[in-house]
Amino acid sequence: MGDVVVTVRVNGEERKALVEPRLTLADFLRQECGLTGTHLACEHGVCGACTVLLDGRAVRSCLLFAVQAEGAEVTTVEGLTPADGSLSPVQEAFRDAHGLQCGFCTPGFIVSVTAFLQENPKPTDEEIRDALSGNLCRCTGYQGIIKAVRMAAGLEAAPA
Amino acid sequence: MKPAPFEYHAPVTVADAVGLLAEHGDEAKVLAGGQSLVPMLALRLARFGHLVDLNRVTELDGISRENGSLRIASMTRQAVVGDHPDVAKAVPLLAQATPLIGHFQIRNRGTLGGSIAHADPASEYPAVALALDARMEVAGTGGTRMVPASEFFVSTWTTSMETEELLTAVHFPVWEGRCGWAVEEVARRHGDFALVGAACGVRLGDDDAVEQAGVALFGVATTPFRAGAVEQALVGATAGADLAGIAREGLRDLEPTDDVHASADYRRRVSAVVVERALRRAIEEAARG
Repeated sequence: MGDVVVTVRVNGEERKALVEPRLTLADFLRQECGLTGTHLACEHGVCGACTVLLDGRAVRSCLLFAVQAEGAEVTTVEGLTPADGSLSPVQEAFRDAHGLQCGFCTPGFIVSVTAFLQENPKPTDEEIRDALSGNLCRCTGYQGIIKAVRMAAGLEAAPA
Repeated sequence: MKPAPFEYHAPVTVADAVGLLAEHGDEAKVLAGGQSLVPMLALRLARFGHLVDLNRVTELDGISRENGSLRIASMTRQAVVGDHPDVAKAVPLLAQATPLIGHFQIRNRGTLGGSIAHADPASEYPAVALALDARMEVAGTGGTRMVPASEFFVSTWTTSMETEELLTAVHFPVWEGRCGWAVEEVARRHGDFALVGAACGVRLGDDDAVEQAGVALFGVATTPFRAGAVEQALVGATAGADLAGIAREGLRDLEPTDDVHASADYRRRVSAVVVERALRRAIEEAARG
């Protein structure tokens, strides 16, 4: 079936490729762009590991075809890191609060939490739990993740 | 976990979209927000030769007031519906139902029309549309027709739209006066489809008694279920009425789904509970307002 040329701005850089329409944005990012920070687990929109920003809003990149992102601005977890290689405030908080164990789900959490705190910089604990409900962690590390969000929002101090 | 190959179409007008649907018939499927369709394609529960993507059809986006109704174009994102001040003011039931749909990442992409046209009996918007007597604006090759919600939902994932037709907007009646609204649901986890849910609206008269009620359940049958007997029994009731009894008696004819998630008996009992809770909240809110 007809392949389609797609042009997407990924982390500020223009990426162009000839793709099958059925290629998901997640596979486009990993295979065509070599950006393997976006993880794939369930591939049907449940786990949240593949969350990216599409024109600034958090979305599941496994539920979007690359062709649909034509002309859009996509930010992956790689794009949230400052150019000097240091960590973003959310990443730093996840490290400091032990907000990860195996780390597989972490990119999705980092992207979701970054978007969430932009819209709601001083959330309540209930709002934090609600916002995190769309990302699954199978190491059962949620307490550390909630702590990390509180730290990133300045609601809790980092450990000395 | 990869969809089967398909031909991709991205029309920019409703006319072109309808033309593509007419040309490809059963082989074509409309792609709205993709939050239900893409998982079905990925799991190979469905496959289509052609996908007609509506995301570039700008005329399908927007919210406007039109003689006594709020018209929401079908590709309006759920996140927009949930945050829009006109929705909160004119159709509060929609604003209350929205946070219960999936998660915020899903609502950023999912659309109002997609949810209604997908017609999953466990989802919130179809029940809201039924409870409020919304009207569906459906475009086809012969022009546009209006379909009442009561004639729209046929069965699980099935509506009365023809294959070449397209849901372009939903018109929600705006209730005036002392009104109250509530959506209640029971789900295993936050963001899951509801095992049982109820959406209701009530309007009170000057004597604090119910003048008008709209009640619909979701997750209990192959379509959203309009609780007409509950609505009739509610007229004249006040906050002090036996709402549990009204819910129980009014749902006598309900024959709930029996599946791996919950037995029919469980659903019947929980239906009466969620309806009672929703009615109580709605009547109390209306009495305060």
